[in-house]
Amino acid sequence: MSLFEINNVSKSFGDLTVLHDISVKVEEGEVVAIIGPSGSGKSTLLRCATMLETMDKGSLLYLGETAAHNNAEGNTVYASAADLRRIKGYFGLVFQNFNLFPHFSVLRNLTEAPIHVQKRGREEVEAEAREMLRKMGLEGKEDNYPQQLSGGQQQRVAIARALTMNPRMLFFDEPTSALDPELTGEILKVIRQLAQEKMTMVIVTHEMAFARDVADRVIFMDGGYIVEEGRPEDVITNPREERTKQFLARFAGQGSIDE
Amino acid sequence: MGFMSIVQQIIGGFGTTLFIFFFTLLFSLPLGILFALARMSKFKPLNWFMQVCISILRGTPLMLQLIVVFFMPFYVFGIKLSAGWRVYAALIGFSINYAAYFGEIFRAGIEGVPVGQHEAAEVLGFTRAQTFWKIVFPQMVKRVIPPVTNEVITLVKDTSMAFAIAYVEMFTLAKQVAAQQSSITPLFVAGLFYYVFNFVVAWAMGRLEKRLSYFE
Ligand SMILES: Nc1ncnc2c1ncn2[C@@H]1O[C@H](COP(=O)(O)OP(=O)(O)OP(=O)(O)O)[C@@H](O)[C@H]1O
Ligand SMILES: [Mg+2]
Repeated sequence: MSLFEINNVSKSFGDLTVLHDISVKVEEGEVVAIIGPSGSGKSTLLRCATMLETMDKGSLLYLGETAAHNNAEGNTVYASAADLRRIKGYFGLVFQNFNLFPHFSVLRNLTEAPIHVQKRGREEVEAEAREMLRKMGLEGKEDNYPQQLSGGQQQRVAIARALTMNPRMLFFDEPTSALDPELTGEILKVIRQLAQEKMTMVIVTHEMAFARDVADRVIFMDGGYIVEEGRPEDVITNPREERTKQFLARFAGQGSIDE
Repeated sequence: MGFMSIVQQIIGGFGTTLFIFFFTLLFSLPLGILFALARMSKFKPLNWFMQVCISILRGTPLMLQLIVVFFMPFYVFGIKLSAGWRVYAALIGFSINYAAYFGEIFRAGIEGVPVGQHEAAEVLGFTRAQTFWKIVFPQMVKRVIPPVTNEVITLVKDTSMAFAIAYVEMFTLAKQVAAQQSSITPLFVAGLFYYVFNFVVAWAMGRLEKRLSYFE
């Protein structure tokens, strides 16, 4: 049983079909990088996986539990609100532009959902949140407000916020794209550390060197299709498909800017 | 009659003005939130109904609305108007009218909260009510302080409209005293009261704005 499974998802916005019959499975402990040109549907796929967007067709499962399935007509039907609420606890999402709650302190950004959604005890959650911040190199920032932090620090708070929910897996949508180049390294380091701890992750990224280093599997998307998928050495270093080669050519010469 | 006794008389009316002001805010602010939510409802009939109500409340004179509320029990239900009804009619009329204005301000404030905030809350599993009260509402409050301040200052002055239903507040009283005395001093004194009152309101709202400046 896969930890995450999205099968034959199709998604259109009006006349524009953004995802064409896409399937992705992710196993426990796996790190999957999704790459591809702008507009290829990477974010839409992630938003369907995290249920921020509804699928037109296709099914969605976490730990074998059905969040959405196809009905007889082949259209997606979502599970009951109660089931979805439980299933939402299995994953976290880190956004490109952080989406921290600006009116909450850093600590409260982390603790609010565990306390009020998961109904866990405040003391236990706060202790865990402080530990999480320490791990992210944000010790002493507990009482700051998001706007007082650098972009890199804000994104680390966002990752810490997702982790304090104790999810089984994390999705990242271009976690470094909103950051100044000199700040991307600190985020990539955190993700690398999570990979070492065997956190299951799906990462949409434009950092090819990083994807090659950290991912167990790379998915290349273009025009709403998965064009190529496989080990990073294959997809990024020796791509088979012409479109993958063209796309990667743009990144030629991009060194390990993440270190 | 000396200046001090004029001031004393007008202070009596000022109490009534304060009373209308305070209770109108107390009722119209929460009602405004309800109006805003109804106005944004995905349930179309409610949405349209609210849109029409708000349009009427903003498009007709407050004075007329006060008169309608005041005479409604008599013309619609044939109930004889009691002396005490005047106060309630004034509060109902003012509150509903101001709720319409506040509702539109709140709606703009709520819509101004970035979608990313809703999405972050949704992924974390907050319910819709939790998302509204914990995430959206506090950010909305900060956004709406300047336009709400304008409305509150207008309300201070609008309290004088209560004369439409012969509810004697400060301005009506000042006019009466001025007529008796054949002097405009009482009107100036009343003007001074409004001004000082609004000065305090603006100051208090400024304080609130400062207190919320810890986030962007
Ligand atoms: N809510 C929406 N309404 C209409 N069209 C949309 C919507 N969201 C995305 N699209 C369109 O769907 C296509 C895929 O968008 P998506 O954001 O998934 O691409 P992406 O691969 O994440 O691109 P990028 O690398 O620029 O983030 C684009 O053409 C986009 O304009
Ligand atoms: Mg995207």
